[in-house]
Amino acid sequence: MPRRTMIEAIRDAMDVSMARDERVIVFGEDVGFFGGVFRCTQGLQAKYGKSRCFDAPINESGIVGSAIGMAAYGLKPCVEIQFADYMYPAYDQLTQEAARLRYRSNGDFTCPIVVRMPTGGGIFGGQTHSQSPEALFTHVSGLKTVVPSNPHDAKGLLIAAIEDPDPVIFLEPKRLYNGPFDGHHDRPVTPWSKHELGEVADGHYTVPLGKAVIRRPGSAVTVLAYGTMVYVAQAAAEETGIDAEIIDLRTLLPLDLDTIVASVKKTGRCVVVHEATLTSGFGAELSALVQENCFYHLEAPVARVAGWDTPYPHAQEWDYFPGPARVGRALIETMGA
Amino acid sequence: MADAGMLRFHVPEPEVRPGGTPDFSNVPIPKAGSAPRPEIDVDPRTIRDMAFSIIRVLNRDGEAVGPWAGLLSDEELLEGLRHMMTLRSFDARMQMAQRQGKTSFYMQHLGEEAVSCAFRKALAAGDMNFPTYRQAGLLIADGYPMVTMMNQIYSNEADPLKGRQLPIMYSSKEHGFFSISGNLATQYIQAVGWAMASAISNDSKIAAAWIGDGSTAESDFHSALVFASTYKAPVILNVVNNQWAISTFQGIARGGSGTFAARGLGFGIPALRVDGNDYLAVHAVAKWAAERARANLGPTLIEYVTYRAGAHSSSDDPSAYRPKAESDAWPLGDPVIRLKNHLIHKGVWSNERHAQAEAEILETVIAAQKEAESHGTLHAGGKPSTRDMFEGLYAEMPPHLRRQRQQAGV
Repeated sequence: MPRRTMIEAIRDAMDVSMARDERVIVFGEDVGFFGGVFRCTQGLQAKYGKSRCFDAPINESGIVGSAIGMAAYGLKPCVEIQFADYMYPAYDQLTQEAARLRYRSNGDFTCPIVVRMPTGGGIFGGQTHSQSPEALFTHVSGLKTVVPSNPHDAKGLLIAAIEDPDPVIFLEPKRLYNGPFDGHHDRPVTPWSKHELGEVADGHYTVPLGKAVIRRPGSAVTVLAYGTMVYVAQAAAEETGIDAEIIDLRTLLPLDLDTIVASVKKTGRCVVVHEATLTSGFGAELSALVQENCFYHLEAPVARVAGWDTPYPHAQEWDYFPGPARVGRALIETMGA
Repeated sequence: MADAGMLRFHVPEPEVRPGGTPDFSNVPIPKAGSAPRPEIDVDPRTIRDMAFSIIRVLNRDGEAVGPWAGLLSDEELLEGLRHMMTLRSFDARMQMAQRQGKTSFYMQHLGEEAVSCAFRKALAAGDMNFPTYRQAGLLIADGYPMVTMMNQIYSNEADPLKGRQLPIMYSSKEHGFFSISGNLATQYIQAVGWAMASAISNDSKIAAAWIGDGSTAESDFHSALVFASTYKAPVILNVVNNQWAISTFQGIARGGSGTFAARGLGFGIPALRVDGNDYLAVHAVAKWAAERARANLGPTLIEYVTYRAGAHSSSDDPSAYRPKAESDAWPLGDPVIRLKNHLIHKGVWSNERHAQAEAEILETVIAAQKEAESHGTLHAGGKPSTRDMFEGLYAEMPPHLRRQRQQAGV
């Protein structure tokens, strides 16, 4: 099976979708001729023409707003916001328009759009190229939020998102584009070509939205993670020797609660990790759900490891990033509690 | 350079406030028939002055004059009059129903009926409007059932939107009427996107974006103009300048640009100002813009100069911010009376027939109201179910919503 980087897998997902369905169109800033600043749309304009893959003005509200109109017409736009940090001008269009169009018109109009955006830090991007705003989307009724952690899933989830009849936010952990980064920023990253999850089948396949996967079976403690933090948690488990069961959520909303609850009931302990800021982060929701559904099985308080409640700093990037050492400490504390 | 002294902060003010004498002498009103009618492929740079003038067809004597006249038959004009009268009658009854507590909220069109009623007749079936809350004439003039509109206003058991939307936030794809959001300006860029999609699909349909004078200050207005200009989208960009954004006079949104139409000039978009109280002028200009769009000539910006004679909404009292007699002093008159006088002048209408039509229309509206009320009003009779609240958010209900619906006991 061919091995692909996450960038190639995402590009392949759009390629496959555009070939199968002429309603699928792709646009965004630098997306057309150049192929995107992370190269995710490289070659699509040459292959499908300027009507189906084109450059947009630097206007995120315009990109999402026009995509909503296109979806109402009957197209299936898959648009790129260059960095998740740039999505705020489009937030009104996403939350009050895309998310509610089906509901408020009782299905008279629908909004099958995908909004892709690179998320997370680790590339010295400072406060405006490093954010993880997933909780701002999961808090909104009517959106679906997806965070893939590897090339295989990225392709299958993106095809599923494009085929979904409702708006999907597709957050791409940019630190994973070229390899399974585990938080050890001082070591070289294994490329996807040497990782089994870099195996990406040709052609069409989907990974269903709303289904989590157990990345590392274990019996001592459940770790709930997504995106980059899946590999950070794996490193932490190996380095502490704690037999953690690591769940890669893949889709935050709809959330696969069944997989979470079954695991926590088995292990009796739970650590929630994400790169986004702690307060009111998605971890708060996960932690509440775990105590609501597994309280009598818990042997320790649910722990959270997250980005500090500060903007993402530039020079102090690795002090901010919740790396394997912090996750490892939380595992040890949770086991000792 | 001379010393200009300390910096001074500038806040525009309307000419007159409550207690003052209404004065529109600063609003230049060109003679009907004086504006030229350019070819649709005109170079926008050569008609920049049309963004500062007003295209008018009906003169003071009720005659249709000039190059924009003569597009509509007597039958079409009589139908147009009936649509405007129906909208006015509908508004009066629904405003009253709101006062009687049968619904929570209402917004009427008084004085602005010509804009949406005439515009609809310039579009073809399949075209799509992205309206604001004051374009119900688009539905009335397209034959959308009044009973269905009332069911929505009452949020009753027959409400097609299942009680989820504020009154008057209609939606009808079939009638080319995009779901009204209630947010301001968001629909403007969506209309451009819809038009882009039509062009991408090599279709023949066009879109119409709607916005009020106040909301042109929103970023989405700018987004729409950028996208429409860049991609030459087949869209008509309508700005309804009714002088007032709730209590804020149009000068606060307009700033120093002179007119709202002038906003189009920097984007290379042909921009026309039209007498919004002149059914014939609105229709003729809209038709011109529609032809341009369909001929791949791109967007047109149209500013309708009109006056909101009523309150902003049922929650608003205009006497707190503008002179009571201001609407009487409005120099462009009343759209219904002006078309009525034109038809009388043509010899196809009379005061008697007008009074009779008024009575007939009222009867029809009351009959529709009775039928709608048989399905319930906001606080009495049949209403959408609690189950309806949970449904229709996603194509397939996700597990967390199913759990919540269970908790709610439905």
